[in-house]
Amino acid sequence: MEQAQVAKIISEHFPGAVVEEQPKAIVIKKDNLLTVAKLLKDSDLAFKNCHCITAVDRKDKMEMVYHLYTFKHRYMLTLKVFLAMNDLTVESLTHLWRSADWLEREVYDLFGVKFLNHPDLRRILNPDEWTDFPLRKDFNRPDFYRLPESEGLKAGG
Amino acid sequence: MGEIAPQDIKKGEFRSEELVVNMGPQHPSTHGVLYLELHLDGEIVVDCRPHIGYLHRSCEKIAENRSYTQFIPFTDRLDYLASMNNNLGYVLAVEKLLNIQVNERVSYVRTIIAELNRVSSHLIGIGTFAQDLGAYATPMFYCFRDREKVVQLFDELCGGRLTFNYMRIGGVQTELPPHAEKYIKDFIKYEREKLKEYNELLTYNAIFLARTKNIGILKPEVAIDYSVTGPMLRASGVKWDLRKDEPYMIYDRFKFDVPVGKVGDSWDRFKVRLDEISESLKIIEQAISGLPPGNAVSKVNKVYKGPPGEAYLRTENPRGELGFYLVSDGGTKPYRNKIRSPSFSNLAVLPELIRGLNVSDAVCVLGSTDVIMGEIDR
Repeated sequence: MEQAQVAKIISEHFPGAVVEEQPKAIVIKKDNLLTVAKLLKDSDLAFKNCHCITAVDRKDKMEMVYHLYTFKHRYMLTLKVFLAMNDLTVESLTHLWRSADWLEREVYDLFGVKFLNHPDLRRILNPDEWTDFPLRKDFNRPDFYRLPESEGLKAGG
Repeated sequence: MGEIAPQDIKKGEFRSEELVVNMGPQHPSTHGVLYLELHLDGEIVVDCRPHIGYLHRSCEKIAENRSYTQFIPFTDRLDYLASMNNNLGYVLAVEKLLNIQVNERVSYVRTIIAELNRVSSHLIGIGTFAQDLGAYATPMFYCFRDREKVVQLFDELCGGRLTFNYMRIGGVQTELPPHAEKYIKDFIKYEREKLKEYNELLTYNAIFLARTKNIGILKPEVAIDYSVTGPMLRASGVKWDLRKDEPYMIYDRFKFDVPVGKVGDSWDRFKVRLDEISESLKIIEQAISGLPPGNAVSKVNKVYKGPPGEAYLRTENPRGELGFYLVSDGGTKPYRNKIRSPSFSNLAVLPELIRGLNVSDAVCVLGSTDVIMGEIDR
């Protein structure tokens, strides 16, 4: 199994979906993500395992990186989607692979990428009250954090 | 109102409410600071929502501000029971990114050390699992007694007993001590005897079977859907081990089996771990007898500069597949370091497993997953 083979199959089904072929990754159009992912999972390629989802902040754009694995062909595919910094939304893959649920929540928590149609998009590692996205390159660590006053503390004095 | 006899209660007349019980973040059987929000209907768990993040130290952000070498000690703190395996996964990923070749002896020493750490990690997994089930102290002490022998060797090797910082990019920190070969061979002999004892003590113990058999069954297709890896996946009957199926380093040279379970219940997960110990001992035995002469200690560069690019490498850790996704922009520090930890995905499947079980069985299932919060929260 080669990356070029997978890229060819994607292009055959969805002409124009493949934006770029990097040495170790296939970049596809954002709008095609859900349909391409469905194809990869349900076709003969059988990418049944969504191994890892992450993002890379390239300052001018956000790179979504999906590592998909097929046990049938023993091949790990790196699929990328570029997001514009002023529109950090992408379709959720939770309905295809349930492992995407927590992995996408982590990306939302650390990068602020919003996943459309995600069943339960909450912060996963950081406190819910947070407004920052710590793994972005423009994140500055503040010297002080003021914790929101909790109801319990107010009542107890 | 007078008292109502049970036979007078008609179905649907009384409304019962869900009770929410917080299990954790401080709870002896949650293996660290894990907070489970259990929705109960009487004794039965209707729903479970795990809350994580109490150990979040943002290792991935730290990595962006450290050189490649400086990050090795941080990997110790991910899965702190299998620090050597984390070290190994990270240095292999860096070597893949920077195109560094290592000599034969380095690979052999790394294999021996990583497999020894797997044995010690599984021993803790088994010991704490039995402890969670209420077998107070005895199995735990037995397992820690055996683990101590491994830890003593590691202590001599690198001066650490929990966090080792032993692997280096291109080699290891120190050479094996002169008596290591005999020590490890003795340990293999000793541990094989003890494994029989564990089988007598736990595996076919009637109480243990009653508590673990058919509890928390994980179907293979669900396991793959949730990207569950490691002993948990194999216990569900999927014969998948990176060391066998996609060998990295020199694992293709050794003869060993991949133990699999039949049902995917808590007992199978326990049994797979126990069997993996003896398989690891086989690997160590072959590696130590084939140990080539040479120098395993690397000359450590202060600064490594990678070509712009990326590398994703996964290794078979005691708890599953640990992946490092390294992105370099040509500088001395990684631009991005994503750690794909096995426990993260293995915990995500927990609600599926404990729905419909008793609260006491939920503890059993959690113990059998053997998750480490250090690598979930990172």
